[in-house]
Amino acid sequence: MAERCAVIGVGQTKHASKREDVSIAGLVREAAGRALEDAGLDWADIDAVVIGKAPDMFEGVMMPELYLASALGAVGKPMLRVHTAGSVGGSTAIVAAHLVASGRHERVLTVAFEKQSDSDAMWALSVPQPFSAPLLAGAGGFFAPIIRAYMRRSGAPDHIGILVAVKDRLQALKNPYAHLHIEDISFDMVKDSIMLWDPIRYLETCPSSDGAAAMVLASERVAESSTSSRPPAWIHGMAMRSEPTMFAGRDQVNPQAGLDCAADVYHQAGITEPRRQIDVAEVYVPFSWFEPMWLENLGFAEKGDGWKLTESGATALDGGDIPWNCSGGVLSSNPIGASGMLRFLEAAMQVRGQAGEHQVENVRTALGHAYGGGSQFFAMWVLSTDKP
Amino acid sequence: MSDPGTITDSGSSGEAPVTMLATPIRLDYQYTAGLSQSRFLQGIAQGKFIGQRCPACHKVYVPPRGSCPTDGVATTDPVELSNSGTVTTYCVVNVPFQGQSIEIPYICAQILLDGANIAFMGLIQELPATDVRMGMRVEAVWLPKDQWGLTMASVKYFRPNGEPDADYETFKEYL
Repeated sequence: MAERCAVIGVGQTKHASKREDVSIAGLVREAAGRALEDAGLDWADIDAVVIGKAPDMFEGVMMPELYLASALGAVGKPMLRVHTAGSVGGSTAIVAAHLVASGRHERVLTVAFEKQSDSDAMWALSVPQPFSAPLLAGAGGFFAPIIRAYMRRSGAPDHIGILVAVKDRLQALKNPYAHLHIEDISFDMVKDSIMLWDPIRYLETCPSSDGAAAMVLASERVAESSTSSRPPAWIHGMAMRSEPTMFAGRDQVNPQAGLDCAADVYHQAGITEPRRQIDVAEVYVPFSWFEPMWLENLGFAEKGDGWKLTESGATALDGGDIPWNCSGGVLSSNPIGASGMLRFLEAAMQVRGQAGEHQVENVRTALGHAYGGGSQFFAMWVLSTDKP
Repeated sequence: MSDPGTITDSGSSGEAPVTMLATPIRLDYQYTAGLSQSRFLQGIAQGKFIGQRCPACHKVYVPPRGSCPTDGVATTDPVELSNSGTVTTYCVVNVPFQGQSIEIPYICAQILLDGANIAFMGLIQELPATDVRMGMRVEAVWLPKDQWGLTMASVKYFRPNGEPDADYETFKEYL
């Protein structure tokens, strides 16, 4: 990385199933305004804007960045749009950080959103095609067979997914921005919820949310003179990888692109033992079983052992040594395009000590992770309290 | 800026304000299948699964996409595949939705046709959803011959073919 870059402001909306009080423009402006306020900056201070969302077909608004330019104060400024399906929030933050790391800009606003109440995300991508039958009934139908393959391969007992679903919803109760606040969440409530795509139960699935996330990324010079009440979260590594959705011999449970992306970001950040060196992680877990799967893909556990870490409580905010998704994660808020950026943003909040009730004590290093499409797009960053 | 929660029409007479309109939009696509998929669909119209072999890694793709994603070379060599295959993994769909044509719960499986090196998604019928297994041997059930066409709908579904289950070792690389 050429120039140092840090997160100096974060903002997010209150995520909800229907934000009928705001349009898409109002939604992104709410998050962006909060990020600027946190950074102690005004709209005019921003050099460039980088925006991302999941496919345009969801809301049916093509190239929404054009109409959102004025809402984001981007008129007359460079504006970039990023497209990497569900991982887009993470990729968008990385593209924005590159504009600073390259020395091109000093203050970049990055924003990601989804307004699922204006859209039909479940069916927008399940269009009938003459060479394949439309059978999947949404993303769960795509991922459920992969989860079953993981269960068979690792020998994990059936209840592991339930543990993750309960843990993340309990943690969401400590996050005022989370969409789902299920006060009486319990093992039995998840276990007894309907099997939507066997082996995925209703309560092991992410919700459909309206929401947006925004961050201000700054150069070293700007970060060090920032008037924000919080310290900068310095970027120590950032990486993206992708692979084809379909190729013979593809390992969908433990994708090579994810392994390569993690290896790259850890190399940049000097991480050789993720579980010991990373204090907290926000990882894209839209279906509960993806926690043990990504624990292995990200090197927190040996292949086949991820579920043991989950079962031991190691990933819980309450008492775990490597808390995952203290915010409640994607299982508690899923404005798809913003979901990846929320992982990156929550990692920054933990490093900056601004996560409130879901803050982990003494965080120095945090991982933000996003994946998307058919587990083929990956984006990750590592943040730290220390300047690299 | 007015509070968006309390917008009212100044000329209204106590009626509920209109805050949202649903405007359904329809897009019809003319789908151009391309060379490889045309050959595959022409095979389907004759009751056959036609894949293509990669000249570099010799893996067989079905449905073929015209090139090997691993080697980046064109796959031109056609391979006729078996009517039978193995369920590598599956899910049981139990989501009710508008326009559903199959009764839930139904089995949606990854099926690895004999002779192929990649599985594709297919519907399994003629057994209770609770009885499906990884490794189950299945066969394609076709519509009556006069209804075969350039569409995967020519295949009604797959069903157990009565053979003993395949050993996990034989398909674990296709998960």
